[in-house]
Amino acid sequence: MNKDTNSLLSLENISVSFEGFLALNDLNLCLKKGELRAVIGPNGAGKTTFLDVITGKVKPTKGDVFFKGKSLIGRKEHKIARLGVGRKFQSPRVFENLTVKENLEISVSTPKSPLNIINKKIKNDQLDEIEHLMKVINLSKKINSKAGALSHGQKQWLEIAMLLGQKPDLMLVDEPVAGLTDEETDLTADLLKSLSGDNTVVVIDHDMEFIRRLDSNVSVLNQGTVLCEGTMDTIQNDKKVIDVYLGRPEE
Amino acid sequence: MEFRNLKLTKKTTFVIWVLIIAFIIAAPSILPVFRLNLLGRYLSLAIVALGVDLIWGFTGLLSLGQGIFFALGGYCAAMYLQITSSSEFPNNIPEFFGLYGVDNLPFFWEPFRSPIFSLFAIWVIPALVAGILGFLVFRNRIKGVYFSILTQAALLVFFNFFNGQQKLINGTNGLKTDVTQLFGQMVGSESIQRMFFWFTALLVIAAWFFSKWVVKGRFGNILIGIRDDEPRVRFTGYNPVLFKTIIFSIAGGLAGISGALYTVQSGIVSPQFMTVPFSIEMVIWVAVGGRGTLLGAILGAVLINYAKSLVSEALPASWMFIQGGLFILVVTALPEGVLGWVQGEGPRNLLQRLGLKRKIETYPSLEIKNETEGLKNE
Repeated sequence: MNKDTNSLLSLENISVSFEGFLALNDLNLCLKKGELRAVIGPNGAGKTTFLDVITGKVKPTKGDVFFKGKSLIGRKEHKIARLGVGRKFQSPRVFENLTVKENLEISVSTPKSPLNIINKKIKNDQLDEIEHLMKVINLSKKINSKAGALSHGQKQWLEIAMLLGQKPDLMLVDEPVAGLTDEETDLTADLLKSLSGDNTVVVIDHDMEFIRRLDSNVSVLNQGTVLCEGTMDTIQNDKKVIDVYLGRPEE
Repeated sequence: MEFRNLKLTKKTTFVIWVLIIAFIIAAPSILPVFRLNLLGRYLSLAIVALGVDLIWGFTGLLSLGQGIFFALGGYCAAMYLQITSSSEFPNNIPEFFGLYGVDNLPFFWEPFRSPIFSLFAIWVIPALVAGILGFLVFRNRIKGVYFSILTQAALLVFFNFFNGQQKLINGTNGLKTDVTQLFGQMVGSESIQRMFFWFTALLVIAAWFFSKWVVKGRFGNILIGIRDDEPRVRFTGYNPVLFKTIIFSIAGGLAGISGALYTVQSGIVSPQFMTVPFSIEMVIWVAVGGRGTLLGAILGAVLINYAKSLVSEALPASWMFIQGGLFILVVTALPEGVLGWVQGEGPRNLLQRLGLKRKIETYPSLEIKNETEGLKNE
């Protein structure tokens, strides 16, 4: 069971095998409340599978995941989300046929049962929350535009806002700056940094400059297991890390 | 399949409704009895089409088995009419039982002596069957083409079962309703049929309001979310299985009401309601009318069927070609259906091609100012 009471999330000896191929191999990882953690690794290191295991999309062949002291194994995706795990996908996944406001409504609405959704109007404090979120991502003027008409960067930010609207205790953010301009990348890094403390955030990316800017602890994944953990400086001077990742030209 | 979401403007919806209602009110005085009866039948088909639009146009579930629920509603109505009109037959049971030497009424016929039970059964039974079937399918995350195939397979199972049950429901011959009695009159009589016409027209409007209520607001947005990106809905904390089961069940209930109204106006219900082509046609009505518009489903169902009967009278055997051609036309040229075409850039483009309208030289909808402000102000 979970011994460390400070930890919000702990993965213990997680292995995932896809028809014999080990996507994750005996992975151990522990996150404290309010921590910002970056996870990097070469392609195929198991970064996305790692998120899939936490969010319930993939069942590990071995090991256990504890979140707030509860095991997440065997729980359905929406149940895990309701426990307080929010996930942002690699490419921005917003509902393109809905407006910015409707997208945010879906994320802030609680309770999420169909009967509540069909019978009741959205609550006032939830509307306030939407307004607040739209200010955070600077889309107040686009409140009624279709999300599909937004630029790539705006979609990324809308998805982050949707994540915030869920009020998760743990935010899993997969490549938030893919396809963003340098300026947008910097803004995103600042936003994520400002979120940690109140929220526990895991950021996955391979953009080194971005990770450096996050100024957080970094876990390096390689071949499905944690190779090394520490600050960016420790990581960059680690022989093993240089061998598998930093030394090679980026893909 | 790419879905674009069409929201008909209030004005268009209003104009179309005024036309529909004006036509419905005028119809009994301008149409001969035969045509009025046909129109009534096609209006009842509009209700099943609304259900198809809810599950396909909004939620992305392409069901090819709506005929099951349609037929169930029809059988419920026919069983009520038969059992309550059987007093002069031997054993006080419907006449057809005599053909197969059945003396005792099968147990499941008994509750249909009650008009209240029957009125509920018409929509509750199809909705329950749809709900149970849907829950089992959706829980196992069967979707897309597999869902369509499965619904069609279910349709065939029901078709074959109903076809073979002579001793229970008169098998392939079906149950006739036109010679039964309602309010002391023959169901097939002109006055009763005229009443059914009005009743159907009212129910179409009620079904439209109901469907509109279902898809407006957050519930409808979540259905659209499920259609466009189901995993995203899941990770936001919603259980798509429940949402899909509910909407499939609603569509089943609508199909049942539709089937009952169709049965009493055509005079018979039979396993023919569960043939494969008929259920596919329901999808075509919605595709041609414009999926995701609700109103398009109504127009598609009524107009295509009306055209079908007119064409079939003039040129027998040519309708299948026309219907096929219509479907191909919609898929290739009008992917959003006729209403989508009218609502979008369609008429303008057509006028341009005919040289009746000047081309627009700029993009009036582009908001140059807002585009650049975006994130930078943060």
